[in-house]
Amino acid sequence: MLQDLQAQFLGSTIGGLVAGSIYALIALGYTMVYGVLRLINFAHSEIFMIGTITSLFVLISIAGGTAPITLGVFGMIAVLLLIIIASAAVSGGAAVLLEQVAYRPLRKKGATRLAALISAIGASLFLQELFGLEIIEWITGKSGRVQQNAPRFIPHDELFHIGNGVVRTDHVFVIVGAVIMMIALDQLVSRTRIGRGIRATAQDPEAAVLMGVSIDKIVRLTFLLGGAMAGVAAALYVMEYENTDYRIGFLLGIKAFTAAVLGGIGNLRGALLGGIVLGLVENWSSIFFGSQWKDVTAFVVLVLVLMFRPTGILGESLQRARA
Amino acid sequence: MKGNEEVAEKSSENGKPARAGFHPIDGLRDWWAVAPHWQRYGVYLALIIGALILPAPAIGSFMSPESDWTTVLIFPVGTYILLAIGLNIVVGHAGMLDLGFVAFFAIGAYTLAVMGTKYGWSFWGSLVLGIFLAAMSGVILGAPTLRLRGDYLAIVTLGFGEIVRITATNTDGIGGARGITNVPHPEPMFGTEFLLDPAPYYYLIVAAIVIAIVFSVRLHRSRVGRAWAAIREDEDAAELMGVPTFKFKLLAFAIGAMLGGMAGVVYASKAVFIEPNNFPFILSATILAAVVLGGAGNLPGVILGAFLVAWLPERFRFLSEYRILIFGGVLVLMMALRPEGLLPSRQRKAELREGTGGMGAMGAEVAGPDSEASAEVTK
Repeated sequence: MLQDLQAQFLGSTIGGLVAGSIYALIALGYTMVYGVLRLINFAHSEIFMIGTITSLFVLISIAGGTAPITLGVFGMIAVLLLIIIASAAVSGGAAVLLEQVAYRPLRKKGATRLAALISAIGASLFLQELFGLEIIEWITGKSGRVQQNAPRFIPHDELFHIGNGVVRTDHVFVIVGAVIMMIALDQLVSRTRIGRGIRATAQDPEAAVLMGVSIDKIVRLTFLLGGAMAGVAAALYVMEYENTDYRIGFLLGIKAFTAAVLGGIGNLRGALLGGIVLGLVENWSSIFFGSQWKDVTAFVVLVLVLMFRPTGILGESLQRARA
Repeated sequence: MKGNEEVAEKSSENGKPARAGFHPIDGLRDWWAVAPHWQRYGVYLALIIGALILPAPAIGSFMSPESDWTTVLIFPVGTYILLAIGLNIVVGHAGMLDLGFVAFFAIGAYTLAVMGTKYGWSFWGSLVLGIFLAAMSGVILGAPTLRLRGDYLAIVTLGFGEIVRITATNTDGIGGARGITNVPHPEPMFGTEFLLDPAPYYYLIVAAIVIAIVFSVRLHRSRVGRAWAAIREDEDAAELMGVPTFKFKLLAFAIGAMLGGMAGVVYASKAVFIEPNNFPFILSATILAAVVLGGAGNLPGVILGAFLVAWLPERFRFLSEYRILIFGGVLVLMMALRPEGLLPSRQRKAELREGTGGMGAMGAEVAGPDSEASAEVTK
């Protein structure tokens, strides 16, 4: 019994890290947009969905269907890079477009954040239905309302094991990919000129304008980066779970936003931590309560954390110094 | 009325949108503000008579050619209006963002279903219990979370909505994923049986809406309403002025939940069959959209918003699967054109002339040279 539990524990720790990496990547988009605009970008989940569809499209084009394909190590990495780049580009573009259509007019009018949230919900519904009704069917030939399967191109075989926990090849790809993207983004925001603009805007928009930062440009860039991260998450998701549908974004988006809040919204490292914590807690809890209670545990943990640390585990702010 | 429009046009010539302080129906509002009692009661009477003859087939043939008009008036129209009035107290009056309002609706509906089918409770008993349980769950949810800032509250309430739905799905004692059938109808009243004919339910829901409206208006004008307004505008200032903000926020949450619970009981009594999937997140979002679309904080606006959000998809049923796509597009468009809603609250606007919209304008801190936010501050 105890050994059984231990085996399950290690297994779900690995599963939790994998799910957590994906949550964390999506959470970055929420957290960056929130840091700069104080806005819950509710349609971000649809940006992720668009990314998964892009990956699906590229994979089906390469494999010529949904049957698994065998590739060498370099082939695998090349295909993975290809779907990551394609998804990041399409998702990033979609996020910029979303900002242009759904948020910019409201921002120019000085509308309330509530109005922006409704606009976001509207955009989210619109995109979901657009893909469910038209685009997915056009890409895969299958009705957009059913689950779409992606071809396997990285074997889901055991690579090595830690105790009783089996680590598969795809797990390694997801975690390594996510970590690389996180570090890249963190460096971008903390080191480059662009990153300084983002931080300045998050800290004090008015002063940033006075210092010659173009707010519109920074906002567009923030959406682009957040969208691209969601695209990377989408590519890794399709590689790992090999399915998607037009409503995939909803639950993952909520989870990712929970992760962002859990870590401290507006805080990039918080998003990483929040994502990992959420993934682990969810997977561990399903050992004890069964997987149907997974989502409930996630939210209960959120409430508990917020009760004791009202600004999340690491606290808010895109870059420490916000009062 | 005409004068206002002229001014409105003039102000849009200046490059500022006309919405700055004027609204086409302001003339009507001015009249209403000074109208003597008999005129006001005349309008109330006309509205009630209008509500009573609304289910007439002549109206229905235009309003809802494809489905039974009276049924449409009960669900979604009447139910949405009731829910929107409840959510308006939380969002419009107290300025808190609730993304899981459907949870209270579900709690009300499940109360009637469980008490009615398992313990043989009457509709009225369940109604009282349902309202009580919804209010209690509002307090239980609110107590740990209302100290949080707005956006955290949004995600926590969203989570709560999902928790209630998933718990209902996973708990076999209350039907699990298959739901509950044979939910009892209300007992006969005034010699009318509540059976398959939708008309009595319609009058029941109209009565519920009238009670909710009176309740909401009285609250809004009371000390409680003023406290809510203070909290909405500036919570810290309100606290310093001696308003127990936490208590009043909790109260708003509980009262909103009560109305949600009431809507749930009334809905379930007509529905006969309820299941967890009747209470998805999208319903919370739709009700919130109704409140904001109509004009948060302004009751006639909120009712109009709820009516439109409920009725338009029914009216355009012939668009079949494109309805939600269009609904989403319309939401984006409406918010871009009229971010303050169709009938914004004038009092609130006046309160906020110098502010940023109660919940902080999105990027209004970003006072770019061409953004209106900068213009509003200097006014």
